[in-house]
Amino acid sequence: MSFPDPTETFRQEARELLEQLELGLLDLEQNPANDDLINSTFRALHTIKGSGAMFGFTAVAAFVHEFETAFDKVRKGQTQATSELIAVALDAKDHIHKLIEQPDAPQAGGETILDALRIVIAAAEDGGESPAAEAEPPVPAVAPVAAGPGNRWRIRFRLPPDALVYGTNPLLLLDEIKAIGPCTITALTDTIPPLDSIDPEVPYMGWQVDLTADDPRAAIDDVFLFLKDGMELSVEPLTGAEATQPAPIIAPPEPRAVVAEPAAVTASAPAKTSKASKAAKPVVEKEPSASAAASSSMRVDAERLDELMDRVGELVIAQARLTQIAAMSSDGNLKTIAEELERLSSGLRDTTMGIRMVPIGTLFSRFRRLVHDLSRDLDKEIDFITTGEDTELDKTMIERLADPLVHLIRNSVDHGLESAEKRLAAGKPPKGTVRLSAVYAGAEVAISVTDDGAGLNAERIRAKAEEAGLLTADAKIADADLWHMIFAPGFSTAKEVTSLSGRGVGMDVVKRTIDGLRGSIDVATTPGSGSTMTLRLPLTLAIIDGMLVRVGNGRYTIPLAAVEECVELPEGIEANARGRNFLDIRGSLVPFLRLREVFGTRAPADPHQKVVIVSSGEGRVGLVVDQIIGNNQTVIKQLSKLHSSIKSFSGATILGDGTVALILDTAHLVQFGQGYVDQGRAA
Amino acid sequence: MNATETSSMKALTLRLQDELFAVEAGSVREILDLVPITEVPNASPFVSGLINVRGRVVPLADLRVMFGMDRPEPDEDTRIVVMEVDIDGEPTVAGILADKVHDVTDIEAASIEEAPKVGMRWRPEFIRGIGKRNGGFIIIPDLGRIFETQGARTASTAASEERSAS
Repeated sequence: MSFPDPTETFRQEARELLEQLELGLLDLEQNPANDDLINSTFRALHTIKGSGAMFGFTAVAAFVHEFETAFDKVRKGQTQATSELIAVALDAKDHIHKLIEQPDAPQAGGETILDALRIVIAAAEDGGESPAAEAEPPVPAVAPVAAGPGNRWRIRFRLPPDALVYGTNPLLLLDEIKAIGPCTITALTDTIPPLDSIDPEVPYMGWQVDLTADDPRAAIDDVFLFLKDGMELSVEPLTGAEATQPAPIIAPPEPRAVVAEPAAVTASAPAKTSKASKAAKPVVEKEPSASAAASSSMRVDAERLDELMDRVGELVIAQARLTQIAAMSSDGNLKTIAEELERLSSGLRDTTMGIRMVPIGTLFSRFRRLVHDLSRDLDKEIDFITTGEDTELDKTMIERLADPLVHLIRNSVDHGLESAEKRLAAGKPPKGTVRLSAVYAGAEVAISVTDDGAGLNAERIRAKAEEAGLLTADAKIADADLWHMIFAPGFSTAKEVTSLSGRGVGMDVVKRTIDGLRGSIDVATTPGSGSTMTLRLPLTLAIIDGMLVRVGNGRYTIPLAAVEECVELPEGIEANARGRNFLDIRGSLVPFLRLREVFGTRAPADPHQKVVIVSSGEGRVGLVVDQIIGNNQTVIKQLSKLHSSIKSFSGATILGDGTVALILDTAHLVQFGQGYVDQGRAA
Repeated sequence: MNATETSSMKALTLRLQDELFAVEAGSVREILDLVPITEVPNASPFVSGLINVRGRVVPLADLRVMFGMDRPEPDEDTRIVVMEVDIDGEPTVAGILADKVHDVTDIEAASIEEAPKVGMRWRPEFIRGIGKRNGGFIIIPDLGRIFETQGARTASTAASEERSAS
């Protein structure tokens, strides 16, 4: 059993905090006066600073400190969250990210960002904000003595008994206090038990610190940020003679001996260091701001989830075999158990899949920053609207979608949206809109990026395609096919290479990634009023509910989510001319494919053929089969490279009797059937 | 296998029609009795089937197609040799249909000769070498190349079939 590296744990948490921070900042830009947002931003910064220092990321802590101070001012109403401040803070967030990911690499630019911050803060404070600040009490003065420079304070503290176990080093705490101001530290040894009853992991000592500083309470709170719960801490101003007197006990032999003792105490702790440092994480989690969404959750390696999924897959196959055997048997008990097991394994399957499903909102929120930056860099005002954040997709899929979507959004903003002047000239509002949406569509999720820009330029694409040798000058091509030219490798219609395009990631890469996920891309565009790129992706990569059908001697699985209904093929319909097959389904004409013909089946057809109507996105198609066998849970197995070129199948699965059945690619078949419709119209 | 570097090659010998073939024993995973084969519509005859090997879906190849042999129905001697083959650099598990599997044997490197470029019924690039044993010939097929060629062919035939169908 291996424990995670505590530094890695910190990194993971910091990553989440930074994401939270970024979202907070972006929200704050829309809503500069929202106290909740300001507070959560401040808390995120504060936690990054605190835990950064705790895990040895001193550069991070030092860097974040100034931002924390700045947002503390915002919090207290002394300055405002201007968009300049937010822009600097976003840069800072990126810098922090670098510091955390590569603590050893020298990171330039930190000073520049801090300089920018100071300018912004100074500007904001000069900008008529100071009266408001003055109106407020300078310090929430609870202390009887007004805080001022050079005041003396007495701090007494004792650590909670489990502090050493959780990896707290009292010497570091004392160092931090020393950093606040000149001070005298005295150990309080009155509660140390006799040597033979000492537990080396318990800090028996207390400390008294006489500190010269301005109001140090906030700083002291910082030092003990993660210990507050169990500890005794008092901070009192020293008054009168006591205050002016130099501390009476400076370094008599006795305290020094005692100081040596805590060192011994801490030195004995390393015997348990591994335990202590590993246990550091719970301490962080006790910090309320670290877990703003206070749900109890745990981190699991994605690999372990994959393993679990594989096991469940095998279980489902074994269960299907049992069900089949039970169906042939007359043993009532066996049947009961088989049914029970079926129910359990189907539940287990759903739960396991559920664990892997992540709302796509986690991905969408990343793009807000992208659009924010693009908007600044390109000087285009953009409304970025996202819908369908709750739509859930397999985790692996979401990760692999990030790059293609970045590319599509970038394209929309960079090439799609026109400049404000051009938009006004075209009678459109100067502010462009980019929409990112996700919806369930049958067995798929459709994710689309829509802009209200100029739309794809057919002439330019055509010219470019001819130039690249993809199209001959006189070739006739349907618009839809022309739009798909943009996915050809090496194709780019951008007249000039901007800072955003031409980074080597072309639309062909987008297409390849989506193909790899068994998805597809649709392009729709209206000249002058924008374009939409729609990605269609299967819900999952692992297990689906399937409908088993028979065509000739072969058995095939159709993803159940794509099935709309099943009807009997009317006797009268004879296969007249090839490709003229339509069914009247409640008034709408649905093309149908005879799978026997598509698959070249030679076995004689059953007398009563069935039609399974499947849909994908907008389109529908009927699939004529010999027999509908029933529902089954389908563990998807990818086809090898040898068969990857056969588009009618998206994979294969293993049936209860151990044989292999192919899974029909409904999206492809619908497209295929839609071809009939288009031909029918043309004729 | 590198016939020129090693002194001998450990090979599994199997029979396809009247010819003896040898495949490298190291890449053989297991030998199965005939199992139910699922036909893949529109696939090339060379890899027209899929089989279940311990819960994995594995393509089944029929080398007889590539060597232009007759393909009678399977009989009691028919076996499936499950092997690991490199296809475009990707290790892929595939089954190979054999009319009969003989034994594992050493073939002396010295006895392996290049396939003659002329006077053969088969495409020379599919044959890595021809060994001799007990006065007879053993054909050592170049499986990597056979599968790669076939992958490319399925791609083009499937595409053209689809085009003609729509």
